Amino acid sequence: MKRVTWIAGGALLVAATAAAWFLSRPPAWSDEEVATLRALWIGSLPALPPDPSNAVADDAAAAAFGQALFFDTRFSANGKVACATCHVAPLLFQDSLPLGQGVGTMTRRTQTIIGTSYSPWQFWDGRKDSQWAQALGPLESAVEHGGTRTQYAHLIDEEYRLQYETVFGALPDFSDRTRFPEAAGPVDDPAARAAWEAMAEPDRDAVTQVYVNMGKSIEAYERQIIPGPSRFDAYVAALLSDDRAGMAEALTDEEVAGLRLFIGRGQCINCHNGPLFTNNEFHNTGVPAGAGLPVDAGRASGVQQVLEDEFNCLSQWSDAAPADCAELRFVTSEGEQLAGAFKVPTLRNVAERAPYMHAGQFATLAEVLSHYRHPPPAPVGHTELEPLGLTAVEVAQLEAFLRALSGPLSVAPALLIPPQ
Amino acid sequence: MNKNTIIVIVTTIVTVLVVLGVIVILMPMIGPRYLHPMMMGDEPVPASLDTNTSGLSDGGLFAVSWTSDPPGPPLSQVHTWTIHVENADGQPVTDASIFVDGGMPQHGHGLPTSPQVTENLGSGDYLVEGMKFQMPGWWQVRLNISSGTQRDTVTFNLTVQ
Repeated sequence: MKRVTWIAGGALLVAATAAAWFLSRPPAWSDEEVATLRALWIGSLPALPPDPSNAVADDAAAAAFGQALFFDTRFSANGKVACATCHVAPLLFQDSLPLGQGVGTMTRRTQTIIGTSYSPWQFWDGRKDSQWAQALGPLESAVEHGGTRTQYAHLIDEEYRLQYETVFGALPDFSDRTRFPEAAGPVDDPAARAAWEAMAEPDRDAVTQVYVNMGKSIEAYERQIIPGPSRFDAYVAALLSDDRAGMAEALTDEEVAGLRLFIGRGQCINCHNGPLFTNNEFHNTGVPAGAGLPVDAGRASGVQQVLEDEFNCLSQWSDAAPADCAELRFVTSEGEQLAGAFKVPTLRNVAERAPYMHAGQFATLAEVLSHYRHPPPAPVGHTELEPLGLTAVEVAQLEAFLRALSGPLSVAPALLIPPQ
Repeated sequence: MNKNTIIVIVTTIVTVLVVLGVIVILMPMIGPRYLHPMMMGDEPVPASLDTNTSGLSDGGLFAVSWTSDPPGPPLSQVHTWTIHVENADGQPVTDASIFVDGGMPQHGHGLPTSPQVTENLGSGDYLVEGMKFQMPGWWQVRLNISSGTQRDTVTFNLTVQ
């Protein structure tokens, strides 16, 4: 009798242990999943794509000039706002605020610059189609830098003539203040706008050419802001070389479970795909409008703006041939899917970049995931989210995985500070 | 302990072992899915999905094929297609006008771009610029083809990874 009880108990224990081991053991990745993980891996990030619209995109002297402009607060209405004011280098080129703060308050969150050289569209609504055209938007925005392009041309003339001429050749003479007023540009300010419209067209073009070259130099600098490997990348590198110990060292079981959800049932990878974890396209995820802000049309208005933008790929200021402007020429400019759609942000370093969404609506990753877990109706257009039936444990696993996407920038330290 | 008690214990143990054994054996096939039968998210792509890159149009008027550059086609990258159109007799159709449309049947959205035929390459070949697929998975591309008085539609399935 006693022996039978011992045997039965032992068998039960063995069975339970075996079952627990099988159930808790992370299943191996299928070939298809390995291909997906490889596509997300930073090792799959291609070489920097050329920007045919910017002839100096890869010019070192232009990049050095652009870096100086990026950190120079004189290029603003009050002498206190530079690109670096909102794109703070030590904060991964963002500002950790719900809404950007320049000379005024913006209606959207500052986006990071990291990896944007790979995107055909800039800003949350894609209203610019190159990094150089993007850089020129805030400089003349009434709430960001708040300045004008003649003001900037005078500054280049007085402070940066040598650097400018090294890259772009002779700078026109802007010293005649009747032809080139202190503050003139196609901006919101009525006086500056009137002054701009009173200028002769060749004079306006001479100023705009300098303005455009500022943007192209800033792009040459920003192109170098590239993300570096995270623990996730170490995991994939280990997986691809069949290094079990390396995999276990890189990610915890909880993070691996989150990764499995990320590329599987969580459907995150539908939009957050590729080595930058973004398809650089526009999707409506039903995020509520920012507190106190009107409903934001997102891509529906951004696409109209980029088509009319004086600095787009097909414009006279672009160095690209029309054949190089496929994204702009064939962009979808109408349709329900554009309403309330915003650009998919990179998820690299996402844990270091709270708050989240286009107006900083969510303070924490947990709030973001809660939104995806229980998708509300969209404030405008139709949300593409569907309930995923994720459990609280699974949401925690996803969050753990997202935290494993942090890593240092792959950028020379000298690029993170104003040039000496 | 009487005989009946032993029988009950042994039967219970054997049943537990068999059930656990079956679960363990089936795990590789069913994966963790059985834990969440209601929560499967994406509908699976139809198993019999025809992903041929050539086919007859719905009314049988045209034999159509496509290639993409780069091949694949790529994910989240604007690229070009070349479409080849022949009539039912196998002769190239050199005067076709082609309207390109598409989308993801499982997500209810269209293409992120509005691709167009930008060049008649001759010999029944047509260059389509502005193709882009921004999500992995099952896509459909529909071509409305007209030549003279003949008009027909062909739909291609493809999976983007």
